[in-house]
Amino acid sequence: MSHQEQRLPHGRILRYELHERLTHWAAAFSYIYLLLTGLAFYSPWCFWLAIALGGGQISRMLHPWAGLIFFCAVIKMYTMWAAQMRTTEADKAWWNAVGHYMRNEDDQMPPAGRYNAGQKLLFWGFFWCSLLLLLTGAILWFPEYIPWSLRFLRYVAVLIHPSAALLTIGLFLIHIYMSVFAERGAFGSVIRGDVSEEFAKRYHPGWYKEIAGDSSAPRK
Amino acid sequence: MSQATLRIQKMSGHAGSVPGEDTQRGLTVCKLIDTTTCIGCKACEVACMEWNDLPFGETVFDNTYQTMPETRWNYWNLILFNEHVREDDGSLMWLMRKNQCMHCAEPGCLAACPADGAIVQYTNGIVDFQQANCIGCGYCITGCPFDIPKMNPKTNRVFKCTLCSDRVTEGLEPACIKSCPTGCLHFGTKEDMLYLGGTRAKQLQEHSNYPKAGVYDPQGVGGTGVIYVLHDASQPELYGGLPANPHVPWTVKLWKGPLKWLGNVAMVGGLIGLFVHYLRFGPKDRDEADTNAGGAKS
Repeated sequence: MSHQEQRLPHGRILRYELHERLTHWAAAFSYIYLLLTGLAFYSPWCFWLAIALGGGQISRMLHPWAGLIFFCAVIKMYTMWAAQMRTTEADKAWWNAVGHYMRNEDDQMPPAGRYNAGQKLLFWGFFWCSLLLLLTGAILWFPEYIPWSLRFLRYVAVLIHPSAALLTIGLFLIHIYMSVFAERGAFGSVIRGDVSEEFAKRYHPGWYKEIAGDSSAPRK
Repeated sequence: MSQATLRIQKMSGHAGSVPGEDTQRGLTVCKLIDTTTCIGCKACEVACMEWNDLPFGETVFDNTYQTMPETRWNYWNLILFNEHVREDDGSLMWLMRKNQCMHCAEPGCLAACPADGAIVQYTNGIVDFQQANCIGCGYCITGCPFDIPKMNPKTNRVFKCTLCSDRVTEGLEPACIKSCPTGCLHFGTKEDMLYLGGTRAKQLQEHSNYPKAGVYDPQGVGGTGVIYVLHDASQPELYGGLPANPHVPWTVKLWKGPLKWLGNVAMVGGLIGLFVHYLRFGPKDRDEADTNAGGAKS
């Protein structure tokens, strides 16, 4: 369903179209499974997670497949959002003022477009880490087929895979915090697709300006 | 199985203490392989398959006296063959090395394994795989500096030589030792085997024109439960690629050591940090008419 077909209550603005929301949740659910099973393989203190999710063998078997789903979702996100995630001059100003952002002084922030510089960092961080996770994950999927002469590939993979995963966990925690707790309305926007005008003006004034003038324009 | 002899002192992927940790057991067991008296008869290979009831697999003939290129998940004991010309007098040597799990004191397989109790080390030093707990990730393959653990592709569980832990428990020597016709295989305590190997190496140096003869007991993995007498201990690679200075890959050590603790601190610290941030600053839109006290607005 495109934005034109979706009926919105008065004062609501469409932020995420259905295919964007679907992609987000494909990534989210596969990531959460990857996170839980990955933590189980990462530390003995978390191994109970693998037991709870059906046992170590099942977790080991499904983790790589969930990884493929996650990677496909990330690629779809790239095609949808990469253009909007390009770093601009305004982003540098945003980072310089990030202290205000953290203290909830949003009125003192340089206006952000559809995505602020922090969201762009999340996007590119996840994109590049996903690429690393895919490459090293492929090696870890079939370690017994890596010949002895190429064993350095395995040595590199066991270090890069958890390191990249840890970076995504950092981004993930901030993402959840911002979208569920800090910016009220953000979580709903990726479920139902729309935000209030107040939300758009407060957090993404540049984007609001873009779409407010022309109600028939694609609301992106 | 007798718990007295198979008490576990190290356990993979295990949170908390290990059953046999900090208990006393003075003696560790050891296999001594004298490559200078091995004739490559393969009796040990057959004995291993018979005792452990491993199915007979196809051999690979490559014009040498070697049964197949490398050990398999169901072929744990393989004599590696190498034709070598001595540098000093140009004489030809057939180097035979019985290859199997080395039973490292500090096993890389065990360090790398994430599954609770899938790899254990008994207090007698034997490193054993518990296939019931194996999840098939293959990290042990990456942790091992000797290329020993092998995956059964059908069941995704990893196998290797057990040093006949079942026989040793009952006071018997491993099956390979039992079968050796030349007496090049010995089994006993690590101390005795080091002494015996040292005596043999000295004999080779003094009476058989092998001045570089010595015992292979690599300290990079804390010493091993399988040690070799070599004609030339300065070139272990000649013996089917026996590594000169084996050690657990440094990336595995970094991953299982500092990276893990750094990651744990960062994750827990991050969670606490975000929680404290919420307590201090709360949601971003509290300044305007916020009638929805505490709840999430959408």
